[in-house]
Amino acid sequence: MVDVPLGHVGPAHTADVEDVELYHPHSWVTKYVFSQDAKVIAIQYSLTALTVGLIALVLSWLMRLQLGFPGVFTFIDANAYYQFITMHGMMMVVYVLTALFLGGFGNYLIPLMVGARDMVFPYVNMLSFWVYLLAVLILVASFFAPGGPTGAGWTLYPPQAILSGTPGGQDWGIILMLVSLMVFIIGFTMGGLNYVVTVLQARARGMTLMRMPLTVWGIFTASFMALLAFPALFVGAVMMLFDRALGTSFFMPAIVEMGQALDRSGGSPLLFQHLFWFFGHPEVYIVALPAFGIVSDLISTHARRNIFGYRMMVWALLAIGALSFIVWAHHMYVSGMNPYFGFFFATTTLIIAIPTAIKVYNWILTLWRGNIHLNVPMLFALAFIVTFLNGGLTGLFLGNVVVDVPLSDTMFVVAHFHMVMGVAPILVIFGAIYHWYPKVTGRMLNDTLGKLHFWVTFLGAYAIFFPMHYLGLMGIPRRYYEMGEMTFVPPSTHTLNAFITIAALVVGAAQLVFVFNLFWSLRHGRASGGNPWRATTLEWQTPETPPPHGNWGKDLPVVYRWAYDYSVPGAAEDYIPQNQPGAHPATGMSHG
Amino acid sequence: MAVALILVLVALGSVIFHLVSPWWWTPIASNWSYIDTTIVITFWITGAVFVAIVLFMAYCVYRFRHQPGRQAHYEPESKRLELWLTVVTGIGVAAMLAPGLLVWRQFITVPEDATDIEIFGQQWQWAFRLPGPDGKLGITDARLISPDNPLGLSRDDPNAQDDVIIEGGELRLPVDRPVKALLRSADVIHNFYVPEMRAKMDLVPGQVTYIWFTPTRTGTFEILCAELCGVGHPQMRGTVVVQDQKDYQAWLEEQMSRSFARLAPAAQ
Repeated sequence: MVDVPLGHVGPAHTADVEDVELYHPHSWVTKYVFSQDAKVIAIQYSLTALTVGLIALVLSWLMRLQLGFPGVFTFIDANAYYQFITMHGMMMVVYVLTALFLGGFGNYLIPLMVGARDMVFPYVNMLSFWVYLLAVLILVASFFAPGGPTGAGWTLYPPQAILSGTPGGQDWGIILMLVSLMVFIIGFTMGGLNYVVTVLQARARGMTLMRMPLTVWGIFTASFMALLAFPALFVGAVMMLFDRALGTSFFMPAIVEMGQALDRSGGSPLLFQHLFWFFGHPEVYIVALPAFGIVSDLISTHARRNIFGYRMMVWALLAIGALSFIVWAHHMYVSGMNPYFGFFFATTTLIIAIPTAIKVYNWILTLWRGNIHLNVPMLFALAFIVTFLNGGLTGLFLGNVVVDVPLSDTMFVVAHFHMVMGVAPILVIFGAIYHWYPKVTGRMLNDTLGKLHFWVTFLGAYAIFFPMHYLGLMGIPRRYYEMGEMTFVPPSTHTLNAFITIAALVVGAAQLVFVFNLFWSLRHGRASGGNPWRATTLEWQTPETPPPHGNWGKDLPVVYRWAYDYSVPGAAEDYIPQNQPGAHPATGMSHG
Repeated sequence: MAVALILVLVALGSVIFHLVSPWWWTPIASNWSYIDTTIVITFWITGAVFVAIVLFMAYCVYRFRHQPGRQAHYEPESKRLELWLTVVTGIGVAAMLAPGLLVWRQFITVPEDATDIEIFGQQWQWAFRLPGPDGKLGITDARLISPDNPLGLSRDDPNAQDDVIIEGGELRLPVDRPVKALLRSADVIHNFYVPEMRAKMDLVPGQVTYIWFTPTRTGTFEILCAELCGVGHPQMRGTVVVQDQKDYQAWLEEQMSRSFARLAPAAQ
């Protein structure tokens, strides 16, 4: 018999300490605005992040209009174009994806899924959101600052980021960007400590680590990584701010700018790249690991089958998290760093492919011999596998140092990272929203609108980014305001660019269907009941839906089994909730 | 059913696009055909994995779709299967990494007989420097850059006296001769990129980076800047003209005479 923690663990002990009294809200303001309830904070985080996402979506439309139809939209000049791509990138990576997965899903799901009443530090958790909102406001303010936002590219490489040849470099743009990032990191740290400590300290009785749903494992690992990775960005931002505002030379060597010698010397532009990517690469997995976790639970629930190889999935998550800290310089193969680093970083990077592949295998092996309900969350999960697989495989090109040489800094890279950390995680976010919306609101999202949203988004996004790889393969660099004359590409390339733009406009418009669905179903959606998907995990077992402050009523749940008892032979239903007592009905597996 | 069919179409459509679309890499003009070979190997391995997995998914979606009375199979894990899959994946990864690292070693090992040249970037133009008859490039310093010394050559260095400076963005190289390009920037990070040469490396202010290659056919190839360097980034273009030895030599001698004429007063 396989040795997995499924069975009955001895009787749970009664709590030997009194539960700490929660701070209950006394007014509308403390309930909905300055709330300390993780679920309200989650919704605040999510709505803010989705709003930023819509801004970033419009920016992507504008840049695609320029690339698809160069010269037609005269209000998009080179300055504006670089400002759009920079703000689009930074918003999506940090202020949308990170905030939504950790601040949004983390806040909502961690306490409910581990059987806690709330986060362990509710007041700090509330501050986390307000500091995040401040960071967003500072970032958005740069649109209205003199000179506009920075156009340095989301990687903000100095020296160009703080020189006059770059939009915002000698104006307010770069300063507001750096300050906003620093504020974001402060806010995130408050939240991140909460997520990690809550998982480690506040689990319900019986909820051993190896019984936690993979969603919690994914968010937990990602939060832990973010706490280690963001400080590198923070110090990089401080140093660049000093270079920009105080005239220091951390990243500034002797420079002659447009014939003028600057009063700088001795700094290293490469130092910033190391700091940036020491944050930046783990950041990819900070976005990916929560998606991995969530999609595991979506697949298992909707295929009515236990996630295949749970323990391997947990170890793979942890392995990916650890390895992701020693691969950062694969972003720098052609940066002029010591080329011998290439051997090390190519090897570590390709090794990451192994635990990642294991996760993909286990997802599809969960489908194998399942009982697959093709409802909207499952469709998004399937589309995630396709896009993540595609983007992961092109990562094997870019990670393999010498193959990266012709492809680096081309549209191939843009296609790769959008597929793997743009489209794939966002598909999971959509799937997760369709999945958990009933718990948040008590109503189902509309199914027909959901399917329309799904098909346009999935097939449209694939049509945008799959052909884009071939632009890069031909040698078209990224971050080009216009291609101009390129004799080495066929004229049909312009047609392809126009096609990609049209697909991007359509996919963007389809998101309005989703936004409409979110608001419409709030009032008109079918009532869902407490557990519409017949799922095993604790958040679906709350006494009330939506769960009130404190989540569980009088008694905390006690956990008797792992999160994946679906279709257990001999059981009355095709799922057994984690808090249902009793030994394993079929086999009486005795170990814990 | 429809879902399974669409998954099949996505997999097959991707393969067909790859095979028949007119968008493919430019014909190579340097010695780095090994890089192309490694990319082709990677395409085969990753393409096979992609198609196999998506088709398997499509099969599962079709075969195990929900029907009344169906019950999923309860099987938490299978150590044997997981081990087997891990080993196969490891072999596939090694099959891509090993040739990659071998070619990388060649890529960073400059042949003894390579000629040093310098590629110099500033917002938003290219300049080049070729060693004169002594075959050596002179010392430079960014602080020496001035209107009559655009590349910041050290006038005290005898090796710099005969260096040939080419402004205007057209680099000429002899065919079939390895060159080691030393890359330098005056202001921000640029990137020397010639798609046909499969050559790409950053120019970083404050340090000298390098890349080597051997042009293998004559012709004119575009130089692009591939690292965002400010608003003029897409206009930072140049050309490499690869010539046969005789034409190149004639051109070089003409440049040298010009260079000497210009440097002569300053050298007094």
